[in-house]
Amino acid sequence: MSKTTGTLWLGQFDTIRTKFDLLRKVRWGRLSVISIPSLWLAIFFFIPFLVVFKISLAEPAIAVPPYTDLFIWDADNAIAEIKLKFGNYLYLWEDSFYLDAYLSSVKIAAISTFFTLLIGFPMAYYIAGKKSSTRTILLTLVILPFWTSFLLRVYAWMGFLKKNGIVNEFLQAIGLIDQPIQMLQTDFAVYIGIVYTYLPFMILPLYTTLEKLDGSLIEAAKDLGATPVKAFFLVTLPMCMPGIFSGCLLVFIPAVGEFVIPALLGASDTLMIGRVLWDEFFQNRDWPMASAVATVMLVILVVPIMFLRTGKNEEKQ
Amino acid sequence: MTRDSRFLKVSAIFGFLFLYAPIVSLIIYSFNKSKLVTVWGGWSIKWYVELFNNQQIIDAAMVSLKVAFITATLSVILGVLAGYVLSRMGKFPGKIVVSGWITAPLIMPEVITGLSLLLLFVSMEKLIGWPAGRGITTVIIAHTTFCMAYVAVIVQSRLSQLDDSLEEAAMDLGAKPHSLFFLVTLPIISPAIISGWLLAFTLSLDDLVIASFVSGPGNSTLPMVIFSKIRFGVSPEVNALATIMILIVAIGVIAAMWQMRKKENAL
Repeated sequence: MSKTTGTLWLGQFDTIRTKFDLLRKVRWGRLSVISIPSLWLAIFFFIPFLVVFKISLAEPAIAVPPYTDLFIWDADNAIAEIKLKFGNYLYLWEDSFYLDAYLSSVKIAAISTFFTLLIGFPMAYYIAGKKSSTRTILLTLVILPFWTSFLLRVYAWMGFLKKNGIVNEFLQAIGLIDQPIQMLQTDFAVYIGIVYTYLPFMILPLYTTLEKLDGSLIEAAKDLGATPVKAFFLVTLPMCMPGIFSGCLLVFIPAVGEFVIPALLGASDTLMIGRVLWDEFFQNRDWPMASAVATVMLVILVVPIMFLRTGKNEEKQ
Repeated sequence: MTRDSRFLKVSAIFGFLFLYAPIVSLIIYSFNKSKLVTVWGGWSIKWYVELFNNQQIIDAAMVSLKVAFITATLSVILGVLAGYVLSRMGKFPGKIVVSGWITAPLIMPEVITGLSLLLLFVSMEKLIGWPAGRGITTVIIAHTTFCMAYVAVIVQSRLSQLDDSLEEAAMDLGAKPHSLFFLVTLPIISPAIISGWLLAFTLSLDDLVIASFVSGPGNSTLPMVIFSKIRFGVSPEVNALATIMILIVAIGVIAAMWQMRKKENAL
């Protein structure tokens, strides 16, 4: 083997080796980039649900933390004892209070979602029909409240709806009512609060579908003799279904578990499951029961959450 | 129903009134002289003076600002990684699971997130002794978990809008993966990063429910103090505080919009 071919061969070997090193580095880099956010979410988002389920099977105890261990290892007699208490779930089922709270939360969330759609749709439709510069301004106006404190926006309604608040004063001034009516601390105030705080979540997905809407189809429907109303219900509305669907789910899912709105605007007997969970935890200090309430709420919400995901995936395709 | 019908216009105006009337009334009443929040007693700034003399509120505001700053920064780091992984790194095992985990915190009722994280922290403390007790650290971890999801979604949508020709060109010219990321990808998604940081900051500053579960004694955040003050009625000091916060946000958002429009016009 001549000297030159030897160096050539060595040189080739070097490039192969560096390529191999690079490949290995890239794979390690790739792996670590993928695993950092994934691990964070696994530990702080997914595992907590398992912990909630585990503690929902424990018994409350006067201890720190206030629940019993599920697994007890008796070293003297070498007995492992696993104690699972399903009583919390049984109790949830038997005591009509919890069942009523779940049903009433779903009802309140569903009705509010409907009204959010009713108010949000014309707004989104109006905005989508404007020219680009006006659109930006109007969209900013929709998003702006979302950036300001949610708690303070709910609080603003307390001042607005109370017995001698502006709404009552106004209705009295125009002679619609003689006596101030009780609006704060009613279910009505809870509906208003939910519609108000979640309106941007409805308008934005609706706007996104309406903006992409093919106007020529509506024109065609009209050319073929459809009245504007008919064209709206037979052409526009069906084409907006994906936006309506995701908007409604984005409002409905968090509204079911809402705590702040019923706590500040609702009556003391406005039953919502988020509030029940809060009271079990902070007032009764019954952590296992609060966990059982949370587990069942999660089971109820899994179906709409899955719907939201599949809807998103279909949209992408 | 045509797009410029009178019906649409009226309902849009009604909608915007609905969005803004309570806020405007809150701002006006923050300047009310009367202690009875319900009666108008003339203009005054005395609630602002009282607000700044209220040590409890000032302390809580400092805790909240600190938490929000660290949360926003951590969320941006984790959220950018997550958004990048989901939109630029192709297929990998478990991708569907991770993308589900990214969007779920956005819609998960806060009581569930708060309770589950608290129980995790308590169990971890029992098992490995960390985190010892609850306080600012646990609030930051909890806030980062749901804020990073917002950042990831913003970054992901920004990346999916941009075609990857710039990144491909850089790769053809021999850029290594990390320099590609820091020199090409990061600059083009910088607007998304800035808005993600700001959103995470405001969301953390605003959170009541999750912080109530995971914070410890002596580390009340601002929303926790506000909530305890307004739980049983309206408080003029909170009106003043709300006005300040709303104005800061409004000025910030309007300035950002104006800046963006200027940029668009310049192009």
